[in-house]
Amino acid sequence: MNRMSDEVMPGDEASIDLREELRTSQVGEVLDKLDRELIGLQPVKTRIRETAALLLVDRLRKKLSLSAETPTLHMSFTGNPGTGKTTVALRMAEILHRLGYIRSGHLVAVTRDDLVGQYIGHTAPKTKEVIKKAMGGVLFIDEAYYLYKPENERDYGQESIEILLQVMENNRDDLVVILAGYKDRMDRFFNSNPGMRSRIAHHVDFPDYSPEELLAISKLMLAQQNYRLSEKAEEAFIDYIRRRMRMIHFANARSVRNALDRSRLRQANRLFATLDRKLSRSDLTTIEAEDILASRIFQKDPPDTGAD
Amino acid sequence: MMSNHGNRITQGQFSFLPDLTDQQILAQIRYALQNGWAVSVEYTDDPHPRNTYWEMYGNPMFDLKDPAAIMLEINECRKTFPGYYIRVMAFDSGRGWETPRMAYMVNRPAKEPGYRLLREERDGRSMGYSIVPYATDKPEGERYA
Repeated sequence: MNRMSDEVMPGDEASIDLREELRTSQVGEVLDKLDRELIGLQPVKTRIRETAALLLVDRLRKKLSLSAETPTLHMSFTGNPGTGKTTVALRMAEILHRLGYIRSGHLVAVTRDDLVGQYIGHTAPKTKEVIKKAMGGVLFIDEAYYLYKPENERDYGQESIEILLQVMENNRDDLVVILAGYKDRMDRFFNSNPGMRSRIAHHVDFPDYSPEELLAISKLMLAQQNYRLSEKAEEAFIDYIRRRMRMIHFANARSVRNALDRSRLRQANRLFATLDRKLSRSDLTTIEAEDILASRIFQKDPPDTGAD
Repeated sequence: MMSNHGNRITQGQFSFLPDLTDQQILAQIRYALQNGWAVSVEYTDDPHPRNTYWEMYGNPMFDLKDPAAIMLEINECRKTFPGYYIRVMAFDSGRGWETPRMAYMVNRPAKEPGYRLLREERDGRSMGYSIVPYATDKPEGERYA
């Protein structure tokens, strides 16, 4: 500090209020919403808070012209299906938009089908079209590892990856790319595409939900549709979740949502069976234990097909 | 062409103004996208005023949110056809319009030779007049090399 004391740094005495900055960016609001509306996912939330803090501080540094480079914002979200990767990506787009790192804050979700063409010369325009649509926002590539098929050396996925890499490097100001997929497959994908790995700064891993968290999620889902579980039904549902988790093709929150949809169906059928009864408001909104216990999972010999 | 010395062709919007900067082009595209118009990039090397249908560069671009995407395409087109006229067009598909709502040039050749006046003697002593661009004396693709 002594060495620099004679040459006054520009803006050295200018103090900046971090709290004020947080308030004007309204990022806190999004982060709180994330905490409120997403159950569990503690490591993810911590990671996103850290990233938001980094970006906010970076923005302050930029104001004092301490750093000029746009930080690399491309991310990879890994986790099992139904762990909330797309939902978090949506929130991430909002956070980045509020911090001013992307201009419009929309999310374009694509898979291999949207990027890779069917014949020679088809892939590049297709990929570019998707990239152009995502500009100013976030490009979310679900199951990104399908882009790379090492067993077929003529696969057009490689071409798509190359275009993506180029855009991720040259248009960092215009577009943020988020790759998502299963952890092990993503790791393999990154190992075979070191260029992709080096361009991604933030790796976020999504843990599986516990049965209690899944119950809390299902209550939240039901509340949004003006339904509720009766006390018995709640017990039955947590039992359902425990059983379902042991079966194959368990997709966390997505499986829960499907199970709830089916129990709503059964509830409607149950109400329909007693036509002459006058229904009260609570009849229409309550899901009873029998609506859940009718599931195939509670049968003696549950089918192991993975159908919920 | 006395009113337009330098022979700069004047077609579409803003063509009497100095060339738009990239910043200004971005702002115009943003305006078009805000209105939900589909923006496309076109090029030609035939400067005749009646040459209305230019070649489209790349695919038409729908559902875009950000002007940077179209700027990318404009720059690609400038690289591929450096000595051509390039314009940006915004098409409104809204009912009752269904027509281009904006069209302005974003690139022009370094040297525009202008037009020759062509006189045609007709029946009686009447005269027909038309204009011919000097550039079209050469075949397509070699006009502004």
